[in-house]
Amino acid sequence: MSFISYLVNGISLGSVYALIALGYTMVYGIAKMLNFAHGDIIMVGGYTVFIACSTAGLPPVVGVLLAVIVCTVLGVTVEFVAYRPLRGASPLAVLITAIGVSYFLQNMALLLFGANTKSFTSVVSIPSLQLADGQLNISGETMVTVAACIIIMIGLLAFINRTKAGQAMLAVSEDRDAAILMGVNVNGTIALTFAIGSALAAVAGVLLCSAYPSLTPYTGAMPGIKAFVAAVFGGIGSIPGAFIGGILLGIIESLSKAYISSQLSDAIVFSVLIIVLLVRPTGIMGRKISEKV
Amino acid sequence: MKKVFALGLAAAMAVSMTACGGSSSEETTAAAGAGDTEAAADAGEAAGDAEGGEAADGAAFKIGAMGPSTGSAAVYGIAVQNGAQIAIDEINAAGGINGYQIEYQFQDDENDSEKALNAYNALKDWGMQILVGTTTSTPCIEIAGQTSADGIFQITPSGSAVECTAQPNVFRVCFSDPAQGAASAQYIGEHGLASKVAVIYDSSSVYSSGIYEQFAAEAANQGIEIVAAEAFTADSATDFNTQLQKAKDNGAELVFLPIYYTEASLILSQADAMGFAPQFFGCDGMDGILQVENFDTSLAEGLMLLTPFAADATDDMTVNFVTQYQDKFGETPIQFAADAYDAVYAVKAAAEAGNVTPDMATEDICNALVEAMPTISIDALTSIVGEQMTWTAEGEPNKAPKAVMIQDGAYTAMD
Repeated sequence: MSFISYLVNGISLGSVYALIALGYTMVYGIAKMLNFAHGDIIMVGGYTVFIACSTAGLPPVVGVLLAVIVCTVLGVTVEFVAYRPLRGASPLAVLITAIGVSYFLQNMALLLFGANTKSFTSVVSIPSLQLADGQLNISGETMVTVAACIIIMIGLLAFINRTKAGQAMLAVSEDRDAAILMGVNVNGTIALTFAIGSALAAVAGVLLCSAYPSLTPYTGAMPGIKAFVAAVFGGIGSIPGAFIGGILLGIIESLSKAYISSQLSDAIVFSVLIIVLLVRPTGIMGRKISEKV
Repeated sequence: MKKVFALGLAAAMAVSMTACGGSSSEETTAAAGAGDTEAAADAGEAAGDAEGGEAADGAAFKIGAMGPSTGSAAVYGIAVQNGAQIAIDEINAAGGINGYQIEYQFQDDENDSEKALNAYNALKDWGMQILVGTTTSTPCIEIAGQTSADGIFQITPSGSAVECTAQPNVFRVCFSDPAQGAASAQYIGEHGLASKVAVIYDSSSVYSSGIYEQFAAEAANQGIEIVAAEAFTADSATDFNTQLQKAKDNGAELVFLPIYYTEASLILSQADAMGFAPQFFGCDGMDGILQVENFDTSLAEGLMLLTPFAADATDDMTVNFVTQYQDKFGETPIQFAADAYDAVYAVKAAAEAGNVTPDMATEDICNALVEAMPTISIDALTSIVGEQMTWTAEGEPNKAPKAVMIQDGAYTAMD
């Protein structure tokens, strides 16, 4: 029984990683850049809901909608101000800019909201599920997060494969220059990608803070990095890969804490990542890419 | 060829400039030093004659403080900054130390050893004579080496790692980590709180693992069985379900949490969600949990902690401090603020006992204060009401930890 509860812990942690990883992987897959500020947009989403619901007393649904709007605007603004001028620059320059944006957002939050930890009130009102005489406990947040992951994953796949804007994204990701020649508005498409990615970050932020209710300016940083690992693990750029990678990462972390050593759990998680990447360099679900020389 | 020439020129210029800079600055300091001594000698006489008052020529003690006022430990640094400010304002209003006013400057060290060194150098350039800092253990160990080499007296409000006071010129106000670990185990053992104990600690923090090690050693003497010792690191400090599940499965009656309140608030809410309700027991890092904005304090109901300071104590000194703090900074002070307040008063008491004046060389101030520290006893916010706080020559404070339990959302003193 305890094995199952460890497994459930792993899935609930993993579902949060997966949700964040979906946004990471989508932006990478299309814009071909690692948006290290993704974790911090999550934090902004968390603060938006906190202010809307706990300070202003608005209902949770309004708070979540507000967070989605704020994060979308923020994501598009960041893209416009920080990333668009670097469209032709080397990937390294863009990466450093993304890290800069990440620090900028963290310090802005520190300035605006202070360093004090704020306790987040969960927006999920579904009661937890008690199984096997209360021995097994699945929280409402876990169920909502897993459901949100699956819905978002299916929605994203449908959007990319079935809509014109989605096809434009695919074209941009395949070959940006060819896409321009075909009349695709590359800047517009990338801005749309960031808008969607940031909206996902808002949802992830709300659910992350609901499941782990402590909010600081650094809340998004570490889960963001773990989710990045999950995205690489599952195959960066692959949407189902992000989901699988996230869940697996959570389960490995939880089981190694439970059965091997709580101190070594991170070391074990990253060793597994290294082994997977040695065997499958593009991750579990990654496409084989032949390197152009 | 041109390049080599240019480089050579540049190098020559640089050398000459540093040479100039060096000599001229030496001259100025020498001159200033001489001026100071004379002036201060006058001031000393004046002070002697007219029992203090304003120091004639504005000679003043320069007390520096350091701590993280940004970053993830910012709560502590800001508390120290504000707590020391209140003490210094009070002392200045009451006529200063030995008749000399105090000048105060605080520098941010971001809880990072390298940044702490920059902050320390900035304070030294400003002319700091006494350091109240640093706030957190890791930078404190680094800076203690510096002050020891420079001969600057240092008193850390809250650097609790053992190594913080390894240097003879460093004293502290808070308990050391081993003292807290041992005291916690003794308290649990003597009061028969539990025989099966689980510990959840942060293995990436000197503070937390230091307490844990001493707790484990003392637990064996107290007949306490540690059924689960679970670690986490700063990088994995969000999900504690697995650690709690292990504690629950192993039948722990009490969970010892030698960690900071941020993680503790998460642990309490996750334990509540999984229906696990042992006795929780924390140390001074738990202080602040009731101040977490929007935290459901009913989760902390029954939580016990060892802390030297409770903001809702009713003695005059605490009430006065808390009221001033709330008026000035709009917050309820935590233990770190009280530690800093006590640290400044300890400096005052030692300076008065050692007849220290600001015109003395920094090293002489340091020696006089180090000598005076073991002889002073002060009324302190962080000692038990009615008992005075004293120091050993090794730099450790003598005070008994207080155990409090959270009842109805407030600290209630235990015996």
